[in-house]
Amino acid sequence: MTGASRGIGAAIAIALARDGWPVGVNYRADRKAAERVVAQIEGEGGQAIALRADVAESSAANELFGSLEQHYGAPVLALVNNAGISRDDLVPSLGDDEWSSVIEVDLNAAFRLTRRALVPMMRARTGRIVNISSVVGLRANPGQANYAAAKAGLIAFTKTAAVEVARRGVTVNAVAPGWIDTEMTAELPKGLLESIPARRAGTPQEVAACVRFLASEEASYVTGAVLTVDGGMAA
Amino acid sequence: MPAVTTEQVETRVIEALASFGPEADRITRESTFEELDIDSLDLVELAQIVEDEYGVVLKGEDMKEMKTVGDAIDVIVSRAD
Repeated sequence: MTGASRGIGAAIAIALARDGWPVGVNYRADRKAAERVVAQIEGEGGQAIALRADVAESSAANELFGSLEQHYGAPVLALVNNAGISRDDLVPSLGDDEWSSVIEVDLNAAFRLTRRALVPMMRARTGRIVNISSVVGLRANPGQANYAAAKAGLIAFTKTAAVEVARRGVTVNAVAPGWIDTEMTAELPKGLLESIPARRAGTPQEVAACVRFLASEEASYVTGAVLTVDGGMAA
Repeated sequence: MPAVTTEQVETRVIEALASFGPEADRITRESTFEELDIDSLDLVELAQIVEDEYGVVLKGEDMKEMKTVGDAIDVIVSRAD
């Protein structure tokens, strides 16, 4: 679980742990928050370990997987690519760094982690990769061209990876949340609620429930899919 | 790293390839991957097995050059020393 110290990531980590997954709670900087997630999981009888890494660094994939494989003595059979940032600006004002940093964390990191995850999963003949995309990858949202490109790229990557490894029992899917109540969306534009058929933002738990399903044994025939969790916004 | 014999590598490679689908007794040094229905995904997995067990790294270009089971065995043995 990348980016699991807060928001949607933390909710997913907790939900997966409740399903029996030992969880690697990756965080970039907020160790205390990650440790709170670990403590909550352990308090509920689950297993978790906090893992520091900045997924923007190319060494992160090997570090995270190496640590987990060593700690639990087993291959990592589920990966949730959730770490993400946004650096909003209209295209004419969008700087090179704002563009590339979002692509790096939201898309390139997911590629590196997936690449590292796949072969052990293939050899185990089972695996689950869930990429947290966004409705912004499906429908335009002014000011988020970089985020949209990364999230749409993540969807296309999901489908291709899924088709490559399907016959090894490894599924690769995407979840596309709409507006979800977290720190990242604390400042919502006015009038946004009117554009959401459900007339409310979603909760991290509602996104986590979808990831929990996709990571489960029951979802073994679902692959290359995009599950939107958006109260109808992108429909 | 103890020296590997060609026979050991051959046995291991055939065993690995058989786990991807073809019957083990159909697999010979002369068999082409194509006729065995071994595709690039299978070769990726074979490369990982070879790296784990013999420390030999097979890259994409290497895999493209290999057409037969014998090609794979020979490359592995030559790099394992």
